[in-house]
Amino acid sequence: MDYLVRFAQLHETFRRPELKACATLAGVDIEIIAYNEYSPYCVVRLPNEAAARAVAKRSILVKDIFELWGEGTNYEELHADVRRRTQDRWNDYIAVPFKFTIDYFAGTRSAVQKGEIIRSFSYMGFKGPIRLTNPDEEFFVMEEYVDDVEVSILGTTRTGDPRKIYLSRKIADSCREAVLKYDLKKRRYISTTSMDAELSLITANMALAAPGKLFFDPFVGTGSFIVAASHFGALTLGADIDGRSFRGKETGKLGIYENFDQYGIKSKFLDTFTSDLTNTPLRRTAVLDGIVCDPPYGVREGLRVLGNRRGKPAVNVIIDGVPAYLRPGFVPPKKPYGFEALQNDVLNFAVRSLVPNGRLSMWMPTTNDEKTEFPVPMHENLEIISISVQNFNTWARRLITYRRLPEGELSDISLARKKIDDQGTSADDLNAFRRVVRIIRELMTQYLANLLNQHMLPGHGTRVEKDQKTAE
Amino acid sequence: MKVITANFVTCAVKECKTSPASFPLHFHDAELEQQELDFQPEFIRNVLPRIDWEALRTISNELGFPTLPDSKPEGEALDNEQTLKDLHRLLLETHVTEGKLTCGNCGHSYMIKEGIANFLLPSHLV
Repeated sequence: MDYLVRFAQLHETFRRPELKACATLAGVDIEIIAYNEYSPYCVVRLPNEAAARAVAKRSILVKDIFELWGEGTNYEELHADVRRRTQDRWNDYIAVPFKFTIDYFAGTRSAVQKGEIIRSFSYMGFKGPIRLTNPDEEFFVMEEYVDDVEVSILGTTRTGDPRKIYLSRKIADSCREAVLKYDLKKRRYISTTSMDAELSLITANMALAAPGKLFFDPFVGTGSFIVAASHFGALTLGADIDGRSFRGKETGKLGIYENFDQYGIKSKFLDTFTSDLTNTPLRRTAVLDGIVCDPPYGVREGLRVLGNRRGKPAVNVIIDGVPAYLRPGFVPPKKPYGFEALQNDVLNFAVRSLVPNGRLSMWMPTTNDEKTEFPVPMHENLEIISISVQNFNTWARRLITYRRLPEGELSDISLARKKIDDQGTSADDLNAFRRVVRIIRELMTQYLANLLNQHMLPGHGTRVEKDQKTAE
Repeated sequence: MKVITANFVTCAVKECKTSPASFPLHFHDAELEQQELDFQPEFIRNVLPRIDWEALRTISNELGFPTLPDSKPEGEALDNEQTLKDLHRLLLETHVTEGKLTCGNCGHSYMIKEGIANFLLPSHLV
């Protein structure tokens, strides 16, 4: 059967991978028949209505799902397709309370036109009653016009008519309302680096979080990812090199646990502990169903692992006859670390700790500059399931999802990077991404200063120069 | 720290990872708390095969609980709701709020404060 998925028109590169992940979770085969990045409407093939319901129920980027009754590039084609597909079923709906809705993307119709469109389907012979609230069946006419974004990016010509029209019968809503429930603005415990609710929930979906499973975030922070994974039923563990990040400032309260309490999912919370992924206490055996994380990459949070900075000897310091590390308030020394080295550590950790077919969903930054490439980290025991990109102005971040291959299967990693970069001293040496961001920032400053010098009064010009020197 | 988590962690020192004496870490001066949670049998069934049973028996004894059976419940034994409930109570509802976890190989101790274990190592052990 063909079904019509109505997506939210954002995070476009996440939509298909998330839809597929939801199908995997529901244990059904899905085939995407027609998809366009610049449209919310997508036609898929699924075994039956129960499957369609199950897939939609788990999705964040799907708004709702419909049974496809017909499609066409104009009304003549649409009516012909509706007749062909559904004529034998009209009788089943003859006396059902129903409603017709017109939905359009990047277009609009007047009330008179809407009325005409709805009446043009009168040949189906539904006798009603028409019920605008709580109808038993809701039929949708969907008109897709060419959107301005597509015009500006692809140069598609925009006409006054819809490019595609569908008729469909609504089956189910998705779980998109969870995005509001988990809104950071209403969350008890957050920090500047908390991942937004929508992307956290999507990340948990990509990694196939579900009841009975065990999930872990090695860079847990305020717990955005494990809260999302637990929303979908997984029991979760978190670790962070800085215990303050998940503990919070209030004494006697565990910040991260406050969030689980707020959402009524306390039973899904296992533990958080303070540890460094590079020196993790987790034993080397497959215990995890999923790993969800956004490793620090030195833009907002500095990148550190345990160890002394170069040149400082690693000795057991004794103060007043007591080893320093046993004294209260001891803070173990940390050293800068490369984010590529850290990503390799994450992949190696995932290979050791995930059960066969377990998933790792990891965020990593990249630039929009085509000259500087950041290859996707790979491992021969991990298969890349999907790569999705969220764009910002000067940089972007990718969500990469991997599957732990069962023993005996290997993936092709010939395209992976060879560089190992855990040698180096300053954060910029170690972190190519941070370097690029810094260069862009410097260029912007220079450009703005030049602009001001050209257009402002002489007095202002000198001030700009002075500011620049201070900044250096 | 819950009893289940203690079954997943060992000494953070890399050299200890290969030594059988490093696992399980041993509880000392442990203060225990019980917290009632929703019963989640599907989780117990899914995770039990990954539990190191010998280590769980050791920990359970150290914390003063009745001795667990010699072998891990498998197959039909997992249809018994009481078995699952007992395991649920031990693994998920029992946690150590204060105390130490000590490695049997290198002797290093990790502190547990307000339920949170700290596995950070001083630089001479990294």
